[in-house]
Amino acid sequence: MQFESLVAFFEMGGHGLYVWLSFSIAVVVIGFNLIQPWLNQKKIFIALNKKYQHENRSQ
Amino acid sequence: MKTAKQPILPKWFYQLASPKWCYQITGMLLPLFASLAIALLITGFVWALLFAPQDYQQGNSFRIIYIHVPSAILAQSIYITMALSGAIGIIWKIKVADMVAYTCAPIGASMAFLALITGAVWGKPTWGSWWVWDARLTSMLILLFLYFGVMALYSAMEKPETAARSTAILSLVGLVNIPIIKYSVDWWNTLHQPATFTLTEKPAMPIEMWLPLLVMVVGFYCFFATAMIMRLRNEILTREKRTAWVKKLVTEIDR
Repeated sequence: MQFESLVAFFEMGGHGLYVWLSFSIAVVVIGFNLIQPWLNQKKIFIALNKKYQHENRSQ
Repeated sequence: MKTAKQPILPKWFYQLASPKWCYQITGMLLPLFASLAIALLITGFVWALLFAPQDYQQGNSFRIIYIHVPSAILAQSIYITMALSGAIGIIWKIKVADMVAYTCAPIGASMAFLALITGAVWGKPTWGSWWVWDARLTSMLILLFLYFGVMALYSAMEKPETAARSTAILSLVGLVNIPIIKYSVDWWNTLHQPATFTLTEKPAMPIEMWLPLLVMVVGFYCFFATAMIMRLRNEILTREKRTAWVKKLVTEIDR
């Protein structure tokens, strides 16, 4: 462990803003890249199901 | 006259080329890469923030390296993947390769963005400036714009076949930027430090610093595999929606 207290961990020796900004942007970018296709998959399944049902009825 | 011989490729190459096979294989690979990515990234984040030692000159802002370097490496690897699979798509007319190229673009763009933004945030306390127009930074910005160009070209074309062809050519031309990024720190005077990892030399940092970085780099690669596979599977479903196997799959799962 490199830090003696929680405050020291957040402050990062005066560089807290830069370090935490970088790491939070990384979390957001990585999270977006995983959540977006996951939501999209759900949408695709719903849309395709509708399409196939519609086709079945019109046949 | 003899007809041109088709190049002989291993069997898995043709199997992967079939969207149905690819969907099944990636379905098996996805949980593997996803769990590896989660485990490695959580380990990497905790290690980088709490346990890695600070730099004697840069202090704690050095920790930004654990985001900056993996995202920069990934941005370039994804670009190469995109260009090569685009080329494979053109040469062997493989639909799946076109789809891989298509799915790479937004992930690569987000990694180039992450590398640039963390570079700027790191530059402020280290160089005293958010941005300098030096070769490494400029060539990296060009990489981001190449990704944007590829994405714009995709959305401008209606037919996926013509879009795949023109974007593959654009990304192959842009491939020239990759060695420029790599050697920019050697060719031009720069504030940017030289490469952290090289294949031939021992890292200049102590093991307590580079081991967490290695964990992060591998974790980022697994993340890319996960994100790419997820997008690829969505793309396969969308483009193959008229086939019987997609219809069967969708109606069976969502019952």
